Amino acid sequence: MISRYEVQETNRMIQEANLDIRTITMGISLMDCITDDMNKLCDNVYDKITKRAEKLVSTGEDISKKYGIPIVNKRISVTPIALIGGATKSSSYVPIAKALDRAAQTVGVNFIGGFSALVHKGCSNADTVLMESIPEALDVTSNVCSSLNVGTTRTGINMDAVKRVGELIRETSLRTADRDGIGCAKFVVFCNAPEDNPFMAGAFHGVGEREAVINVGISGPGVVKKALEAVKGQDFESVCEAIKKTAFKITRTGQMVAREASRLLDTPFGIIDLSLAPTPAVGDSIAEILEEMGLEMTGAPGTTAALAILNDCVKKGGVMASSFVGGLSGAFIPVSEDHAMIRAAEKGALTLEKLEAMTCVCSVGLDMIAIPGDTSAATISGIIADEMAIGMINAKTTAVRIIPVQGKRVGDQVEFGGLLGYAPIMPVNNYKCDAFIARGGRIPAPIHSFKN
Amino acid sequence: MKGVITVVGKDKVGIIGKVCTLLSEENVNILDISQTILQGYFNMMMIVDLGATETEFTQIVDKLSELGKNIEVDIKLQHEDIFNSMHRI
Repeated sequence: MISRYEVQETNRMIQEANLDIRTITMGISLMDCITDDMNKLCDNVYDKITKRAEKLVSTGEDISKKYGIPIVNKRISVTPIALIGGATKSSSYVPIAKALDRAAQTVGVNFIGGFSALVHKGCSNADTVLMESIPEALDVTSNVCSSLNVGTTRTGINMDAVKRVGELIRETSLRTADRDGIGCAKFVVFCNAPEDNPFMAGAFHGVGEREAVINVGISGPGVVKKALEAVKGQDFESVCEAIKKTAFKITRTGQMVAREASRLLDTPFGIIDLSLAPTPAVGDSIAEILEEMGLEMTGAPGTTAALAILNDCVKKGGVMASSFVGGLSGAFIPVSEDHAMIRAAEKGALTLEKLEAMTCVCSVGLDMIAIPGDTSAATISGIIADEMAIGMINAKTTAVRIIPVQGKRVGDQVEFGGLLGYAPIMPVNNYKCDAFIARGGRIPAPIHSFKN
Repeated sequence: MKGVITVVGKDKVGIIGKVCTLLSEENVNILDISQTILQGYFNMMMIVDLGATETEFTQIVDKLSELGKNIEVDIKLQHEDIFNSMHRI
């Protein structure tokens, strides 16, 4: 029988260390919505999503109440819209984005992901239409998230797309300038994008996925930090053991919630995403964990090593606790969503370059970083190219979610609200890369031997 | 179906009585109780069997939570599987 100690331990994790299930995301295939008439297509998309996910939110709330653990987000991911819209021969997919937005509001989810295209080797006509629709789609909708996969380890990097994405991010920032560029917070560019990621803004329902699926993202940075407080001053073996045990427990909870959601929604269980996702709340921070390991501030020498330990141990502990692990699975380092990360950026301890180094050892990439509004499109493309190269060469997922904020300069602050948090405007290297980005074309696939 | 009830709050007369009355009204059987007072704070854990009740689990969660508000203690009912999944392989 369960002991008082075990009950207390679990409930302390929930009440004092912010343990929660970060998201239950239902992936839905829209392949059977395809038709050549745009209005009919939008109706099909809306009808399918609202029918399939009708009970998603209420089921999430019931599970939360039954087990006494918060389930923060209920979300939906769909087949990349570039694959759905092509038959319409339309010059804009904004109507589909609006249909997705309406569906999200009807079922009550806070985000719907999949206004996406997979262009890692090249752009089809439909991919190009989707890309060109991104700035307007993110401006006129509130719940739709967009993503592009511009590179993979097997194919290399589509630098034409990288070049255009820099411009699209600038356009999105300008279109949503009155909301501090919020459109850019709903757009991610990937290398090696996973097809079963439950986290936004990069979630989409991959082409290799079944009709519908339940993917669950766990969380709990606060729980890991509490566990590390108990091994203060001890060696790395103790640190690793503490993280692994905690990750195991957190993931087991996620697995149980995922199974229950799958059963109640009559939708197969897909994967658990073993990501530690922070929120702006104190005690729910990745940077606090790194600092608990012994860093004065995140960004100090040792930060990359500390993050590597954390990321690896979360996976080691979590993998055995779930029957299927997937998605992004690693520690997230979104600057604006982590109060200790924000503080480190404000103090200048954490720079864009250090964040880039950190992305070599964790998921996912340069995430929720606010930069000056006058940063050029080529510079944004250059930042993306660097991050994509890290992913391509190291066979890992990397991503960029960067927000140029109009009218703001380094040192100013921007408030995105809610889980998206707030961020200081970070300085960007001023030297230009225009001629490099202007070359266009493709970076060939990397060699997979001679690893050095 | 088993559940775990935890009651935490400032000690006063009648906490166990009121919780047990509610459970009895709902036909919920108590399998195990342990209770301590730590620095004036009441701390109780119950393992209960909800196999015979006709009320929805989540409604009993609400009723206990409501009772907790009335007598100014925190009362939670959770399905035992959250503890089993975390602490048992």
